[in-house]
Amino acid sequence: MTSRFHVPAVPARPGEQPDFSYVKVAAAGDAPRPPINVPVLGTAPLAEDLVRVLDDRHRAVGPWAPKLDAETLRRGLHTMMLTRAFDDRMQRAQRQGRITFYMRSLGEEAVSAAAAIALRDGDMLFPSYRNQGLFLSRGLSLVDLMSQLLSNSHDMCKGRQLPVMYHSAERRIFSISGNLATQFPQAVGWAMAAAIKGETDIAAAWLGEGSTAEADFHHALTFAKVYKAPAVLNVVNNQWAISTFQGYAGGEQRSFAARGPGMGIAGLRVDGNDFLAVYAVTAWAAERARAGHGATLIEHVTYRAGAHSTSDDPARYRPKDEFDAWPLGDPVDRLKSHLVTLGEWDDARHESLSKELDESVTGAWHEAVSYGTLNEGPRLDPSLMFEDVFKELPPHLLAQRDELLAELAERGESDHA
Amino acid sequence: MPNMNMVQALNSAMDIMLTRDPSVVVLGEDVGYFGGVFRVTESLQKKHGAYRVLDTPIAEGGIVGAAVGMCANGLRPIAEIQFADYIYPAYDQIVSEVARLRYRSAGAFSAPLTIRTPCGGGIRGGQTHSQSPEAVFAHVSGIKTVMPSNPYDAKGMLIAAIEDDDPVIFFEPKRVYNGPFDGEPDKPAQSWAEHPKAEVPEGYYTVPIGQAAVTREGSALTIVTYGTMVHVSLAAAEALGLDAEVIDIRSMVPLDIDTIAASVSKTGRCLIAHEATRFAGFGAELSASIQEHCFWNLEAPIMRVAGWDTPYPHAFEWEYFPGKRRVMNALRRLMGEAA
Repeated sequence: MTSRFHVPAVPARPGEQPDFSYVKVAAAGDAPRPPINVPVLGTAPLAEDLVRVLDDRHRAVGPWAPKLDAETLRRGLHTMMLTRAFDDRMQRAQRQGRITFYMRSLGEEAVSAAAAIALRDGDMLFPSYRNQGLFLSRGLSLVDLMSQLLSNSHDMCKGRQLPVMYHSAERRIFSISGNLATQFPQAVGWAMAAAIKGETDIAAAWLGEGSTAEADFHHALTFAKVYKAPAVLNVVNNQWAISTFQGYAGGEQRSFAARGPGMGIAGLRVDGNDFLAVYAVTAWAAERARAGHGATLIEHVTYRAGAHSTSDDPARYRPKDEFDAWPLGDPVDRLKSHLVTLGEWDDARHESLSKELDESVTGAWHEAVSYGTLNEGPRLDPSLMFEDVFKELPPHLLAQRDELLAELAERGESDHA
Repeated sequence: MPNMNMVQALNSAMDIMLTRDPSVVVLGEDVGYFGGVFRVTESLQKKHGAYRVLDTPIAEGGIVGAAVGMCANGLRPIAEIQFADYIYPAYDQIVSEVARLRYRSAGAFSAPLTIRTPCGGGIRGGQTHSQSPEAVFAHVSGIKTVMPSNPYDAKGMLIAAIEDDDPVIFFEPKRVYNGPFDGEPDKPAQSWAEHPKAEVPEGYYTVPIGQAAVTREGSALTIVTYGTMVHVSLAAAEALGLDAEVIDIRSMVPLDIDTIAASVSKTGRCLIAHEATRFAGFGAELSASIQEHCFWNLEAPIMRVAGWDTPYPHAFEWEYFPGKRRVMNALRRLMGEAA
């Protein structure tokens, strides 16, 4: 008898030929675009399909092709290129020992950059740790982000958080947690509150396909269904959760987007490396939510081209050249080619923007480092450690703070210990 | 006898038990093909197969819940939670199910499950990769709670945990995976190579759960500690030239109060040291138990050195970590000197 125990089959391991035959790539323009008030089950075919706008000749085709002017497209390209330049520099900074940890979004920049443009400034964002593009798109300064990475005297988190765990109350981006999927039900709760208060803002959240295994993912979908919460819920399927392939999150033979209709909310599956398609489905889902038709689960099919984090080495578990074989290409190249095809961009402008962004990243880095690093320059006051545990310092923390300050004074007087 | 670091010792324990007992399985995030983010399960899947060493979805509640079901069907799972900081989605399964199954079914069902999880700070992991939540589990009746501090104990205790018919939560202080740590981050990292407790038999042996170890004998005072703080405490006592007795409790539940009480009754002075936050930490239980047993022999109030009662802050790792100086200051006060 053959075994009834199934172990998800990984298409390719190190030394093997990359194999993405499991990714069914539909032709651009083929997927129908239903009205925003379509009943939930009307989205079920789209949750298994793949919404694509950019065709092989870099034209925007089909019913999902959004009407975006060239200026907006260039803004999107700018955000993606800035994200990549920032990621490259911070990866190097970690390798040089200047920051302790970093996570790049290489290969999946369109997911954040396009969504940020499709949503309104008042909409609340609940990112995962690979959505730096949302912060850049909403105009947080590089220096502010870098200062958080450095845990320096300018750090928005006052030295309390691991690098990349940014937030911005002002720009309506929630505090990133290192724990997975926790933001998903929170986004739904934020959306419920907006609906309760009669406001038109919506919430959007992102998590990786691996994190859909956590119970919080299911809590989010259930609450979104029950209260028709005005939320856009995004699964970024970048194929890999550290070393485990998307099949270990339940991705074999079934899309992640299909869980939307399965749980009673709309579902859409999109080419996550197609800026225009990501924009279009996000705008559709946002309009649906704002009009009171409930939440949508969007699966962005993309590829984590870099390591999970600077602590990870993907050469141990997947072919080194897998990204070259990825059928949906590189999101930056694809939007660039589209703009070039439109006659709104060229190689010289691209080169010059790339150089300009590298320079602005380097300039910001120099400024950020001037506010200190973990080991050099100005340091945050260690007594900040005790603040914000509660709104007011309780007596036992006051006593501990005093004990630490005495210890630090003593350390200053002595070279050892 | 081969020299092993703690990662190798733990790996060896699982390898031996997978070989000896066909009911043993290993499951967790990234533990299979990859061999775990700390390499503790390296090569186990290759050797024992994908039916015995399972990569799982990212779902701690699912891992522990499924392990309970496996127990009910005759398996003896070793579940890895990648970081102790990520154990909370499994809290309901651990507290309401794993710890109570035997009791509520009057022995009809039980969960001979081992939950391994790396804990503790000192690796610049910030608040989501540095926590020491042992007291949260020690407080729950029905689950044994342990934390070894060296390779020899790690292997022997893990085998004992796997063989134990009760559930065991097995905390691994990750700062000492690759070498002892005396609490001074600026010194070069030490390896286990020269350490006597890194001499680990290749084969099967056990270190019983529920027995404390006297790591250093002395008569002036007793330091009761566990995990990474065993090494910090030894270094602090030696720096002060104190004739300290250092007890590595190794097991919080069950607690070997006899060994601890005998020592404190002999020395009359006691310092408790752990990395976890102080308030309602395991030190509180230790302090209460020790004074119940040793009150008439105490020459000074029992003292505690612990993590501050805040989340673990990334930038202030070494202001937070209860390092050598903090232990030394406490020892001086305990001996009646002005700090």
